[in-house]
Amino acid sequence: MIVNGIEMKFNTNITVIELLQKLEIDKDKVVIEINLEIIPKENYNDRIINEDDKIEIVGFVGGG
Amino acid sequence: MKDFIIGGVNLKSRLLIGTGKFPNHDILPKVIESCGTQMITMAVRRVNLDHKEENILDYIPNNCILLPNTSGARNAEEAVRIARLAKAMGCGNWVKIEVISDSKYLLPDNMETIKATEILAKEGFIVLPYMSPDLMAAKRMVEAGAAAVMPLGSPIGSNRGIRTKELVKILIEEIDAPIIVDAGIGKPSEAAQAMEMGAQAVLVNTAIATSEDPVGMAKAFSLAVKAGRIAYESTLAKESSFANASSPLTGFLHEGDK
Repeated sequence: MIVNGIEMKFNTNITVIELLQKLEIDKDKVVIEINLEIIPKENYNDRIINEDDKIEIVGFVGGG
Repeated sequence: MKDFIIGGVNLKSRLLIGTGKFPNHDILPKVIESCGTQMITMAVRRVNLDHKEENILDYIPNNCILLPNTSGARNAEEAVRIARLAKAMGCGNWVKIEVISDSKYLLPDNMETIKATEILAKEGFIVLPYMSPDLMAAKRMVEAGAAAVMPLGSPIGSNRGIRTKELVKILIEEIDAPIIVDAGIGKPSEAAQAMEMGAQAVLVNTAIATSEDPVGMAKAFSLAVKAGRIAYESTLAKESSFANASSPLTGFLHEGDK
């Protein structure tokens, strides 16, 4: 899988929430997009990430 | 001072501020308090996986309206994608559309901005498009559902003031939606100038964030915006090419002298 442009490999298929835990990211401060589809927070526990998925984890930063 | 109504919301403050380029996040609550702003812009970016930074949302008071921008978008499609991501953050349905593919002057692409405005307004966003001050483009943005139009004064971060003054004046006169002067305002006097012209509000970021004392500068901008607005509502006195004496031209002490 590609996460924020970086190739990542995990032993088993992991869920969105597991990916966030591995990356130490607070789920309440980000939005996840898999293959251009925004994943609702309530699906984080069930949504399995496939090997060839492209994942974007985004958040707010300073801007004008 | 009349209230500023936008997207169905009644605001006391006519100063919108951006959150980029501040020396640190800790200063943001102080800046917000010192100028009394009620609407704050931010951007959407990939989370840095290597070194985690504190989240900017932790520094914004809950009573502020968040106005995420779509910076980074080079066309309407990308702007729509970023707007949807921002909305999924759960901080409201406001969006400042910013579509830019010119990296030297960061001038917006009005045509793509109109397209994005139409799509996002239909989806229920409150859309504030950042634009080059062009009357027909502004009209189309309003027809497409924009809640306000945000013409630039001069290029983003340039602090060069309202170089587009004549064109912005036309928008203020002709567009049936609030005009918010965005980008390029470098000094409080320029914010006051925009307000005297009849702009409904201004958006300031760089001029506050990169000053020596952002808290003091935020206060200066808020006073300037108020002064300019009160001046506009009071209608400025007429200009003339020649002098008009302030006192009667009779009763001079030299009258009757020989």
